[in-house]
Amino acid sequence: MMFLKPYGDTLNDGAIQISFSLPHPLNETSKKVSLELALKMGIANPKITFTQELGEGFSFFIIYGNLSHEIDIDSIKTSKVKEPIIDYWDINRLIEEKFNRKIVIVGATIGSDAHTVGLDAILSAKGYAGDVGLERYPVFQVHNLGSQILPELLLEKIMDKQADVVLVSQVVTQKNIHIHNLTQLVELIEGAGLRDHIITICGGPYLSKELALELGYDGGFGAHSLPSEVASFIARRLLEKSK
Amino acid sequence: MFNSPVDSGILNLPRDSINEARYLGKSIASAVHNKIKDLSTLSIERASLRMLGIRGANQEGTPWVNIFTEKCLSANLIQNGVLMILAQVCKHTSMNPQQAVEMVSENRIHLNDLIEVNGSKEIKKLCDELANKAYQNLSNKKKERLNFINTLSSGTKPYLYVIVATGNIYEDVKQAKSAALLGADIIAVIRTTAQSLLDYIPQGITTEGFGGTAATQENFAVMREALDEVSQKTGRYIRLVNYCSGLAMPEIATLGLIEGLDIMVNDAVYGILFRDINSLRTLTDQEFSRRILSFGDIIIVTGEDNLIKTVDAKEMAHTVTASQIINYYLALKSGLKPGLIGLGHAFEMDPSESDSFLHELAQAWLVRDLFPQSPIKYMPPTRYMTGNIFRGMVLNAAFNLIGVLTNQEILLLGMPTEALHTPFIQDRFLSIENALYFKNAAGNLSNEFTLKESSLMRKRAIEVLNKAVNLLKVINQKGLFNALAEGTFASIKRPENMGRGFAGVFVKGSSYYNPFLSLLPDNATDETEA
Repeated sequence: MMFLKPYGDTLNDGAIQISFSLPHPLNETSKKVSLELALKMGIANPKITFTQELGEGFSFFIIYGNLSHEIDIDSIKTSKVKEPIIDYWDINRLIEEKFNRKIVIVGATIGSDAHTVGLDAILSAKGYAGDVGLERYPVFQVHNLGSQILPELLLEKIMDKQADVVLVSQVVTQKNIHIHNLTQLVELIEGAGLRDHIITICGGPYLSKELALELGYDGGFGAHSLPSEVASFIARRLLEKSK
Repeated sequence: MFNSPVDSGILNLPRDSINEARYLGKSIASAVHNKIKDLSTLSIERASLRMLGIRGANQEGTPWVNIFTEKCLSANLIQNGVLMILAQVCKHTSMNPQQAVEMVSENRIHLNDLIEVNGSKEIKKLCDELANKAYQNLSNKKKERLNFINTLSSGTKPYLYVIVATGNIYEDVKQAKSAALLGADIIAVIRTTAQSLLDYIPQGITTEGFGGTAATQENFAVMREALDEVSQKTGRYIRLVNYCSGLAMPEIATLGLIEGLDIMVNDAVYGILFRDINSLRTLTDQEFSRRILSFGDIIIVTGEDNLIKTVDAKEMAHTVTASQIINYYLALKSGLKPGLIGLGHAFEMDPSESDSFLHELAQAWLVRDLFPQSPIKYMPPTRYMTGNIFRGMVLNAAFNLIGVLTNQEILLLGMPTEALHTPFIQDRFLSIENALYFKNAAGNLSNEFTLKESSLMRKRAIEVLNKAVNLLKVINQKGLFNALAEGTFASIKRPENMGRGFAGVFVKGSSYYNPFLSLLPDNATDETEA
């Protein structure tokens, strides 16, 4: 058995820092509360290193301490079995041979999300980190709808363009609306009877493959995903479907 | 625009390029103006009703001004202007404008029963009386507001601008007060998702919103009152911002005027490119909106930062400069004085590239030197904010240093948690503390600088300016509308007969009359300005 806990400068010292605000003025009571909270989190020897009054009735704390919890590494299961990447040339060749037409991809960030960085990194020809975007693949026809598209409008575009693939990106988390938007889109696609005809993919820094599958998507891509990984996933799915 | 011969700015930009940019900017703005001068829109008509003080909605929440305007449209009377129709109703029924609008909206008076509107002198006179009275009320209110502001310190530049976006106006108030007490000068309430696509203004005080808080007249008033209270407490005037954009742009401008807003984000090109709003509609709306904002001494801030969020910010920096020049001349044409034109730009270049700080600094100096009389709104890094909040603080510090060094007037503070969530109360504190350090420690740094003739930053700024001039030449040749249709900006194509809100554009009839068009300031500064 091998136990793991945070490290500062001595093995197993559990060194940890936290910061938070309390909806209470800065005084002896709120300071005591912040330390009690740290203890309840399992932080031994909590020390307040900084406090600040945040206007009327709010206070801010930075606390250092030693985490008492530790985790047995053997108890951890990860599902990161990565599918091998099909390269750019093979993707174009395989799809060309099998379908003899362009694969239509519609992408958008939905709902309130104004961030298009991730979406553009995957879709735009320039790509990300030297990895070319989906627009650069001759076999893909990409419609990047940009940001803040309502799920209803996205469905309309999917039908209008007869999309084979839909790619939605979500970043900002406010009261879990990103999940609400994502599930709404899946429901709309199902309602329109398109579920089996289209590959659904969602992406964003706080999305995982597991969460994506749970929400009813075919695939999900988290932080630092590359366009080639998405392209490869699309190609593999298309080929499986056409079998 | 642009520096006088005496003060050539730190970059000492070539006079020829500046003169050419100036000529092209004026020419592009004039062509836009000529194209829209015979047009009005449903939202301009609704804004004109709101200028009279008409407010409220029916039981379903549809504003009276929307219903009344639709009635004028379906009775085929809209080309006269809604104020002429309203004056007619008032005259026939002896009701006040609010009553008249409600009665027509509820089908208790039918517009088709009215004698046809032919612009008779009598109706015009009543129309003038209504508008003059409203204008006088608004002027008085503005004076009162100014008297209040003058009892307070206006703070020191650069003004620190932070956003609140909880969705609940009362929660926004708590966050805004905290920020103001910690040193923020400007509070922007982010609007709820996609409000810009609504062709009306929602109604009432709201406590639920996605990604922000609904912009309503009632919410504006709640926040204004709270900020006035903090202003009195701190002795420092706290400015309020909202978004004058989207399909209801002129109406939002009117509400901003009525409820004492200080700054409004206002940029039609953003709506055209990123919201697919029809170009004729929104540029016509923008012209009227800017005349209202000019009357209210409300600063506009433009959205050029968006042009470099999805492309290489270093490579496409000249599109920001070109757009600023166009926006500047469009704004002057709409009556805004240079001091009310807050041109936007952003710190968005890839920080891993060598000399990226120098390129950012060159760009910030370029904007400052090109528009010495205008407040510049500088937007913080967002693209390369990764969730590493500690690294984020470093980038924000670099941004703050440039902001202070180049005398940007409005610093929109970056948050360490950018890209994670809408700011928490402590995020704002950390960002304000960061900016205050630079304001205090490096506020006078700009006085210490001259650039050598061979400066890399000077070369870079001149290169960007010349590329911008080349782009302006192309736009001037095609006209702004065709340039937008052909995808000149951000590679997005927006034809002038497509996009949201096109159906709400109409050609003013020969008997069209709207007294606000002569009351509101218009194109006052174009020739006098150096």
